[in-house]
Amino acid sequence: MTAADGAAGGIAAPARADLRRQLGRSRRRERRQAALLVAPLVLFLFATFLAPIAAMLWRGVADEEVSRILPRVTAALAGWDGRALPPEAAFAALIEDMRAARDAGTLASAGTRLNYDINGFRTLVFATARRLPAEQPADARTALIAIDAKWGDVETWGAIRRAAGPATDFYLLAALDLKRNAAGDVVAAPANEAVFVNLLLRTLGISALVTLVCLLLGYPVAYYLSSLPARTANLLMVLVLLPFWTSLLVRLAAWVVMLQRDGIVNNLLLRLDLVSSPLSLLYSRFAVVVAMVHVLLPFMVLPLMSVMRGIPGAHLRAAASLGAPPRTVFRRIYLPQTLPGIAAGTLLVFIQALGYYITPALVGGGDDQMIGSFIAFYATRTINWGMAAALSFMLLGATVLLYFIYSRLVGFERLRLG
Amino acid sequence: MFARNSTAATVLAGALAAGVLMSAPAAQARDLTIVSWGGAYQDAQRQAYFKPFMDQIKTKMVEESWDGGIGVLRAKIQSKANTWDVVQVESEELLIGCEEGLYEKIDWSKLGGQGKFIPSAVNPCGVGAIVYNFVLAYDGARTKDGPKSWADFWDVQKWPGKRAMRKGPKTTLEIALMADGVKPEDVYKELATDAGVERAFKKLDQIKANIIWWEKGAQPPQLLASGDAAMVVAYNGRISAANKTDKRDFKIVWANSIYTIDSWVIMKDSPNKDAAYNFLAFVNDPKNQAKLPPLIPYGVTTAAATAMIDKSVLPELPTAPDNFKSVVHLDDKFWLENLDKLNQRFNAWVAK
Repeated sequence: MTAADGAAGGIAAPARADLRRQLGRSRRRERRQAALLVAPLVLFLFATFLAPIAAMLWRGVADEEVSRILPRVTAALAGWDGRALPPEAAFAALIEDMRAARDAGTLASAGTRLNYDINGFRTLVFATARRLPAEQPADARTALIAIDAKWGDVETWGAIRRAAGPATDFYLLAALDLKRNAAGDVVAAPANEAVFVNLLLRTLGISALVTLVCLLLGYPVAYYLSSLPARTANLLMVLVLLPFWTSLLVRLAAWVVMLQRDGIVNNLLLRLDLVSSPLSLLYSRFAVVVAMVHVLLPFMVLPLMSVMRGIPGAHLRAAASLGAPPRTVFRRIYLPQTLPGIAAGTLLVFIQALGYYITPALVGGGDDQMIGSFIAFYATRTINWGMAAALSFMLLGATVLLYFIYSRLVGFERLRLG
Repeated sequence: MFARNSTAATVLAGALAAGVLMSAPAAQARDLTIVSWGGAYQDAQRQAYFKPFMDQIKTKMVEESWDGGIGVLRAKIQSKANTWDVVQVESEELLIGCEEGLYEKIDWSKLGGQGKFIPSAVNPCGVGAIVYNFVLAYDGARTKDGPKSWADFWDVQKWPGKRAMRKGPKTTLEIALMADGVKPEDVYKELATDAGVERAFKKLDQIKANIIWWEKGAQPPQLLASGDAAMVVAYNGRISAANKTDKRDFKIVWANSIYTIDSWVIMKDSPNKDAAYNFLAFVNDPKNQAKLPPLIPYGVTTAAATAMIDKSVLPELPTAPDNFKSVVHLDDKFWLENLDKLNQRFNAWVAK
């Protein structure tokens, strides 16, 4: 029954089986308790995090407006081959659907959705709705083409068929600067509409730059803080955490005041005779990087500092005593041990920087906008959920891909947040 | 043991109380909510309209501001969680929203009949609020020999420094074409063609690196004051208001400025329709309308009010004969048809 018994040469078989059962039972009980403790958090995360994200991503592929608002013509086009004009039944169905939608006030949604595919469709839909015949005509095709010649164009009907849903790749392709042409092949979007791939690359570039600057600025600060006695370190820590206590917008407004032409930085440079005329610092990439580094620096300093605190000074002294010059001590003893902190800090800063859009919007120029500003534009100004979701999908995809590459390079198990 | 029981009892009591409070029925309907453009303009409206309205008509009202975008109004109606009653919208937003059924149809009998208003202020879904211009403005204190036309806006050799333009195709493309030599009366004809749009964007490419894009009306005077921009496209009233309240010396170029009208609309299915009509009747009473221009020089929409405006303010209004000479009327029907397409093109261009 005691450990001594067991160690003395093995327990008898029935007792061993009994012990195994008891062990299994208590382990299962522990696991149940653990699950119960974690369950509320899992439910919370599921309801407030995973489910909304899944719903949002579904919006990026869902396409049910046209099939809901124009059901008859969607059904009539189901068997159409797309080469010549659709059959007479489709024309008649369209007139019926448009009349019903116009009276119900739902025509706008369908028009807007079709307008994403072919510019000018919205106008076509509304102009046609205004001039619909009062009752169903005998020859719907002639009647419709008489209202607007575009209804005699195969492309127009192709757009309606492409929007039939229930799912579409239209938004995802658009987010990658691609589109489907009339024949159904994927082609590149025209140059004056292709902006998203560049935007994503720019977002990744700015975030990488901000992360690098944060690392270069934050590493010495963390080193200094970790080498101080606890009381002084805590006091200085307050200074590092101070930005967290003020609102983001207040900090950005402060940067505007600092960097504007009449601002503090320019006045200082002029006073010290370092420049002859004020520099244009605001509304530029420089201002965006400075403001983002200012906001994200604590996220780099904190993990670094806590990891550095855990590095035994004895290792450094031992290396020095064995004859290593300071540079080698740093490079071969200290730096590798801070790698988990660097990994955690860069990950935190990079992922946060990817989502920033208010900072570039307030202090950046037109060509400093990051992908978040377009997601916000589509979500709040034009209510184009499909594009907003598709761009979010792209950003999420790029982030996950980078994270996997990162964890391959760094090793996930080496990540330590403190 | 005793302590644990009383803690448990406290927690239970607290939970019960919270549950009771949360299940109490949501009591009153909301107050009349008026939405305008913010900044110096809304300050002037508060003084001329909102406060007197609350004092005289004894109706509680709440004011908010917004920055435009038909999508915002679409979202409010579609989500069935609309909290706005009366909104001031731009000309093409009025047309688009009316077409999509976002606004209530105006009952003109409650406002004194259509004849009271200037023709451009009458629309099935909206009643005109103010008449204003998008003008070229610069700081007279920093620039003695100022620009006189949109072509000068593009001259970065003679007047170095950044330019500020409204972020969006509306007004930006018209200004680019006028700077390129298109006559004001031909601007929209040219813009209706693909070649015309290309021409406008090519012209904008010439100064793209120098442009600061603004979204709020309060930004252009701020950019002029701080020196971040040498010339701006701005609402005329905001520039004049900055001159008045901040003692600035900003100058306005009225030649070929873009003239347009904003309207009040009532959002569809608003629960405060009666209060909304009271408000609209109040602000369209010529006596009350005449109080706004002295505070911020925008033109008014009732014929009778124009006669009542303080004479000293008249030269600053968009409707003054000197200022009205060579204006371009913003073509809201053009933007109704082309806003989506040109918005897309513009966003792609500005992000490059």
